[in-house]
Amino acid sequence: MIEINNIHKSFGDHKVLEGISGKFEAGVTNLIIGGSGSGKTTLLKCMIGLHQPEQGSVTYDGREFTGLNFDERIEIRKEIGMLFQGSALFDSMTVEENIMFPLNMFTDHSYKEKLERVNFCLERVNLEGKNKLFPAELSGGMKKRVGIARAIAMNPKYLFCDEPNSGLDPKTSIVIDELIKEITEEYNTTTIVVTHDMNSVMGIGDYIIFLHEGKKFWEGSNKEIAKTDIQELNDFVFASRFMKAAKGKL
Amino acid sequence: MNFTNFGRYILLLKAVFRKPEKTRIYMKSIFQQMVFIGVGSLGLIAIISTFIGAVMTLQIAFQLVSDFIPKTIIGQVNRDSTILELSPTISAIVLAGKIGSAISSEIGTMRVTEQIDALEIMGINAPGYLILPKILAGITMVPILVIIAMALSIGGGYLGGTLSGAVSAAEYIQGITSDFNPYTINVALTKAFVFGFIITSVPAYEGFFVKGGAVEVAQASTRAVVVSCISILACDYIVTQLML
Repeated sequence: MIEINNIHKSFGDHKVLEGISGKFEAGVTNLIIGGSGSGKTTLLKCMIGLHQPEQGSVTYDGREFTGLNFDERIEIRKEIGMLFQGSALFDSMTVEENIMFPLNMFTDHSYKEKLERVNFCLERVNLEGKNKLFPAELSGGMKKRVGIARAIAMNPKYLFCDEPNSGLDPKTSIVIDELIKEITEEYNTTTIVVTHDMNSVMGIGDYIIFLHEGKKFWEGSNKEIAKTDIQELNDFVFASRFMKAAKGKL
Repeated sequence: MNFTNFGRYILLLKAVFRKPEKTRIYMKSIFQQMVFIGVGSLGLIAIISTFIGAVMTLQIAFQLVSDFIPKTIIGQVNRDSTILELSPTISAIVLAGKIGSAISSEIGTMRVTEQIDALEIMGINAPGYLILPKILAGITMVPILVIIAMALSIGGGYLGGTLSGAVSAAEYIQGITSDFNPYTINVALTKAFVFGFIITSVPAYEGFFVKGGAVEVAQASTRAVVVSCISILACDYIVTQLML
C-alpha cells in the first residue's frame, strides 16, 4: 500500500499541489485523474521522488520515502516499476537490453536466467521474439508494452504508469489498460495510473482520485464517478459527446 | 558559467564520483567511450595536426628573414610551440566541438525523453552511470590523442618545410632534436588531462540539466561547446602559469 499525506508542491509562486492525501491499495488499479495542468503528473513525480514536495509525506507499506536521501531510497526504488508517458526506452539499446538493464544492474543472475526473465516479460506483453529490435523500429503501442515489460522485469511491488494511453488508438489503449489490470491483480502490485482518458477510468478505475487545480476534489470508484453532483468532476467526466450521450445509462 | 551554475556543476560531479552500482557494466561503458573519443577522433586530429605543423613551419620560415639566425631554429620553434601550446590546445578545442556537442546532445536528449528519469526510478545513479565513463575515457584518451597530435604536427612541419624548400631536412631534424627539454611534455600532458576533463564534464553538465525539447537540447549543445572552449583557454593559462 502507498499512502500520501498532505502533499504540497509549488514551482516558484505557482501552487501545483495543495494538501493531497490518499491511500492506494495493492491488487487494485488506482487512478489519478484530472484535466491538463491539474497536477496529476506532478503528484506522481512527488510520489516516486522525481520532485521533492515542500510539505507532506509518502509511505510505501509504512516505510517513509519523502525524507530519504538518494542512497536510502534505492531499496524502495528497486521495488518500483514505472511506465513513462513517452515509454522512455533507452534508444541505444535493443528491446532485450532494455528489459535486461535493471536485471544487469541489480542482480547476479547468469545471462541465461536473465534472458529467461526477459522472454517471460515479453511473452507477458505479447511481444515474443521482438528481442533484437530497437525502440525506433517499434510502434507506439509496442513501445508502451516494452515499457511495461521493463517495468515488471524486477517483479515490482509498486507500478506507476504516467498517461499509458497517450498517443495510442482506442483499441491499443484497451489492450494496455487490460494488461495493466491483469498484472496488478496477478502480482498483487500497488498500481497507480495517471490518466485523463475516460475509457481507462470506466474500464479499470477501481479507486480514483480526481484532481482539479491542484486540489483533491473527489475520490471513489468507476461505479460511483458518474453519480456525483460535483460540478468540476461532471465537467471532466462528461466532456465528450459520447459520455454525455451515455450519461443516463451509467 | 555563473556561480549558481558552478555550484550545480560541483554537486553534479559529487554525484558522478559516487560508488558505481556494477563495476563490470561501467567498465564496458568506459571502453565504449574510449573508442568513441579516442579512435573516433583520430582521423580529425591527424589531419588538423599535420596541416598545422606544415603551416607553422612555413610561417616561422617567412618571419625569419635575417641571415644571422640559423634555419635550425625553425624546427626548434615549431617543436616547442607544438608541444607546449598548439597540440594540446588546438586538439582540445577541436575535440570540444566534436565530442562536447555529441555528449551534450546525447545526455540532453535522454533528459527530455525521460530516459534519465527512468534510470533514477530504477535506483541507478544517473550522473555516475552516464557521465563517469565519459570523464574517465576523456582524461585517458585526450592525452593519447595529444601525443599523436604532437608527433604528426612535427612530422607535418618536416613535410611542409622540405616540400616547400623553406628548410632542409637536415636543418629541420637538427632543430627539433637540439636543446629539447622533456619537461615540456609534462606540461602538455597535464594540459591534456585537464582539457580531457573539461571536454567531457562541461557538456555532460549542460546536457544533464536541459529542460524543454529539441530547441533547448540544441542550445545546450552550443552552450556546451562555448563554455568548454572558454574553460580550456582559461585553464591553459592557469596551467602554463603554474608549471612554467
